[in-house]
Amino acid sequence: MDPLSWLLEPLRHDFMVRALLVSALVAGVCGLLSCFMTLKGWALMGDAVSHAVMPGVVIAYALNLPFALGAFVFGVGSVAVIGYIKQTTRIKEDAVIGLVFTGFFALGLTLISKVRSTIDLTHILFGNVLGISGDDIRQTVLISVLVLLLLLLFRRDLILFCFDPTHARSIGVNTGFLHYLLLSVLSLAAVAGLQTVGIILVVAMLVTPGATAYLLTDRFDRMTWIAIGSAVLSSLLGIYWSYWMDASTAGCIVLVQTGLFLLSFLFAPRHGLLAQRRR
Amino acid sequence: MASHPALAPSTERIRVSHLCVSYHGVVALHDVSLTVKAGIICGLVGTNGAGKSTLFKALMGFVRPSQGEISINGLPLRQALRRQAVAYVPQMESVDWNFPIHVANVVMMGRYGGMNLLRIPRRDDHRAVRESLERVELWPLRHRQIGELSGGQRKRAFLARALAQGASVLLLDEPFAGVDIRTERLMIELFQQFRTEGRTLLISTHDLSHVTGFCDEVVLINKTVLAYGDTSEVFTEENLARTFGGSPAQRLTSPSLAPRPEPGREPWGSER
Repeated sequence: MDPLSWLLEPLRHDFMVRALLVSALVAGVCGLLSCFMTLKGWALMGDAVSHAVMPGVVIAYALNLPFALGAFVFGVGSVAVIGYIKQTTRIKEDAVIGLVFTGFFALGLTLISKVRSTIDLTHILFGNVLGISGDDIRQTVLISVLVLLLLLLFRRDLILFCFDPTHARSIGVNTGFLHYLLLSVLSLAAVAGLQTVGIILVVAMLVTPGATAYLLTDRFDRMTWIAIGSAVLSSLLGIYWSYWMDASTAGCIVLVQTGLFLLSFLFAPRHGLLAQRRR
Repeated sequence: MASHPALAPSTERIRVSHLCVSYHGVVALHDVSLTVKAGIICGLVGTNGAGKSTLFKALMGFVRPSQGEISINGLPLRQALRRQAVAYVPQMESVDWNFPIHVANVVMMGRYGGMNLLRIPRRDDHRAVRESLERVELWPLRHRQIGELSGGQRKRAFLARALAQGASVLLLDEPFAGVDIRTERLMIELFQQFRTEGRTLLISTHDLSHVTGFCDEVVLINKTVLAYGDTSEVFTEENLARTFGGSPAQRLTSPSLAPRPEPGREPWGSER
């Protein structure tokens, strides 16, 4: 098949065009956020929050509320619970994170099986970007734009917060606010991301592009552009790939992302494996 | 460097009165009182867990004292902090040197407290950054990623940030840990310039050689102030014994008995 028809043929379907546009937007936003997640060392937190939003999404669907609202409450709530248990007991943080997010996730699973609704479990777990409804698209676009605006608006403060929270606090920057801002944005991005790749793989959207870019540059600005670029490229390529191979869309998107990371891991000019070997 | 409002003459830089801090019922500081004047280099000496970092945290407004008050430049702490009067220079081990940020941006972060919410630098912010970097001789390296700096350059970058902030009180956390002698000399030279400008430096250390070398005053601390005053008066065998309890005997040697170290010399060897 010639490359042009490989590229154009899927675009004859409306659902493909929608899927490509929505996931490009979501991937770009998650890609930007992933830079902060990688630098702050919040990858595990991203994993936890993205799983913990599940009961929120289910309840919101059941009550006919915007799913962003449910995700937000449970995402931020889970982190509050993690913080509280960590402070009041002797259990180490990774154990607390593990037990809290699986607890929330289990609650979500149970709710789905008992609450009568139109939600399909596999769509939440693995995403359903090819069959995304108009209503979901509107919400996802709204969330993405909101996350994008917040990240751009507080960009410099968030960089400072990731780099040197002590200094930030000592000059009067409200680090508590920034902490919860980043958490809220994470919860929102997770729920946007689960539209495209589902809850299980959304953490890849929140970590992999940032990690890929981190190996390629020592400049934050460039890092964000590379992360956004690689995330968008991965989601587009992944959807095409899944179309032509008739394979899982979420799987393909994340596989391309992982592939790009491997390339960067091996060939990054300064921080790649080969460059380090040569030194 | 142009005079900064925060540096306006005020004979008294730091006043701590009857400060008590406790964490979850455990007393970290008890009845700490001290007054440090402008243009003083003051060593803060104590063992690990003696409350040095708690005192720093209190001076940055991070902990709520259960009793007592702190004022800086004659202002209540909150107001002084809002005026960017206090700068903290972190221990080098606590910095993420792989962070994708370059030197000028780190120094610019010293200016954030005085900027609008979007933190868009104005002309005087850029000028302050430039002046600070020139003073520590890092201007040519301003576009380097911070991890590409040598050990001494890294220290100076963070000192430049405190300068750019215009702080009149500098809190330095173990500034000489893992520093070679040449760098140490350079830093001490800078400290002495800061002193001449009327800034007050509070230097936490557990290496006594530095204290006798160039500190004007010393605070010996162990949950409370054991002794405070001119270095020569405070550094008695008895005071040091009270501060360090069961430390090796040579640590307790009074400076009058030991050969008086020059600035930058470490008669007892490096800490690490």
